[in-house]
Amino acid sequence: MFDDFFIRALIAGIGIALVTGPLGCFIIWRRLSFFGDTLSHSALLGVTIAFFFELNIAFSVFLISSAIALILLKLQKTTKLPGDALLGLLAHSSLAVGLVVIGFLTTIRFDIMGLLFGDILAVNEIDLLIIWIGGALILLILKFIWKPLFASTVNHELAEAEGMNPDKVNAIFTILLAAIIAISIKIVGLLLITGMLIMPAAMARNVSNNPNQMVKLSIIGGLLSVIIGLFSSLEINSPSGPSIITAALVLFCLTLIKIKNYSELKK
Amino acid sequence: MNKLNSETLIKVDNVGLFKNDKWLVKGVSLEVKRGEIVTLIGPNGSGKTTTAKIALGIHKNIEGKVLKFTEKVGYVPQKISIDWTLPIRVVDFMLLTQNLSNEEIINALKLTGVEHLKNNNLSNLSGGEFQRVLIARAIAKNPDLLVLDEPVQGVDFKGEISLYELIKEISEKVNCGILLISHDLHVVMSSTDYVVCLNGHVCCSGTPQSVANNNKYQELFGDRASTILSVYEHKHDHTHSADGTIKRKQ
Repeated sequence: MFDDFFIRALIAGIGIALVTGPLGCFIIWRRLSFFGDTLSHSALLGVTIAFFFELNIAFSVFLISSAIALILLKLQKTTKLPGDALLGLLAHSSLAVGLVVIGFLTTIRFDIMGLLFGDILAVNEIDLLIIWIGGALILLILKFIWKPLFASTVNHELAEAEGMNPDKVNAIFTILLAAIIAISIKIVGLLLITGMLIMPAAMARNVSNNPNQMVKLSIIGGLLSVIIGLFSSLEINSPSGPSIITAALVLFCLTLIKIKNYSELKK
Repeated sequence: MNKLNSETLIKVDNVGLFKNDKWLVKGVSLEVKRGEIVTLIGPNGSGKTTTAKIALGIHKNIEGKVLKFTEKVGYVPQKISIDWTLPIRVVDFMLLTQNLSNEEIINALKLTGVEHLKNNNLSNLSGGEFQRVLIARAIAKNPDLLVLDEPVQGVDFKGEISLYELIKEISEKVNCGILLISHDLHVVMSSTDYVVCLNGHVCCSGTPQSVANNNKYQELFGDRASTILSVYEHKHDHTHSADGTIKRKQ
């Protein structure tokens, strides 16, 4: 009925949506949208290093992104610059360094478009394994640190005072973000990873009134985006990564209509 | 209860915090025992909140030593803002750092008089309601040590007195130690065992009576101090605006 590559793409997309749903909620709650951008920019450096040293792309991106994330946490504590300035600083410098390194790699043909937008239809079995095992690990660790992470999201000092170790769980959360970017870079590409992290959570925020509900709806929104996006890309022959995000955009607009209905009911 | 022999919950020994080229506080020592209410008073910027945060372990890189003998701590911070991006109900907030049964949640909310708000969204509460929820959350699991930083700010006048009564009741019933921060001298003086008056350092300390009689204390608080001498019940000579600041009656 469907080709193997399409089934693989579907399985990969579903795996990613399951992980970006809950992580995305924390990104929205903690106002970290630009943080995702910074990490995915730094991923370019990770990819070029992977080419240079012939490493696995996911592995190399994970190392570089976590390093950048930890540098950011450190800079936040030691400099007087605001968070968004630091994010811009790191995003642009890692992007620039990445491009400079690419410039030296004259012998390697480099598919920049593939890197930026991903190629979900080119997923192979090993990619599937990386996504599902990596994703399961991320979710497991997230479940483990859920309570302290949520507490420190609501109020850092309160969590600190009541013994929840917020600094530690924040660092772990950052590394989880680097990890999801690493395992999904090949599928949705650099530019669309943040979309998958933010959009399902954003649509869930529109229609939920408590944290658990928002997480569940965010996962459902992500799954729907992947399924609708992939099937429509098959139907109208559109690029698949952007189609997923476009599907998410449509879903987001639908949740806006729901808000409008609510506010009309209240009147 | 024999307070002399009761167990020490936290001991702050000669602590100080140097930040941005100045000492926020220096040389502060205090001790909170089980069943005791210790109150920090002092003018704005005197380091009350800083001292409490040092005691709680929020401020790192401090000078001096903090010995904490319990992990069961309840904290009511002075300022807390919930981002509207976060959908969170009162009941979710109650479970923030602890696991509670439904009964425990309702009981705690009942104590502070806000059980009807259980399923409301935190961002829809008024300042006073939110303050009551904060207190309910801190006491829900019967902590050993309660740290309350201006716990009644934004609460209406009647509610303020009843909340201070509740705090006293909790310290007796739950038998915890309480570190209370207040600039509201009148109410606090009557429901505290030990007062530490701060002004960047410990200006004076002792029983409420002895502090009120202390010259340094009277210098620090000027003419307001003298009214304390005569007051051990609350005199209604001022009101509070929504942010807790005192408005004197004309």
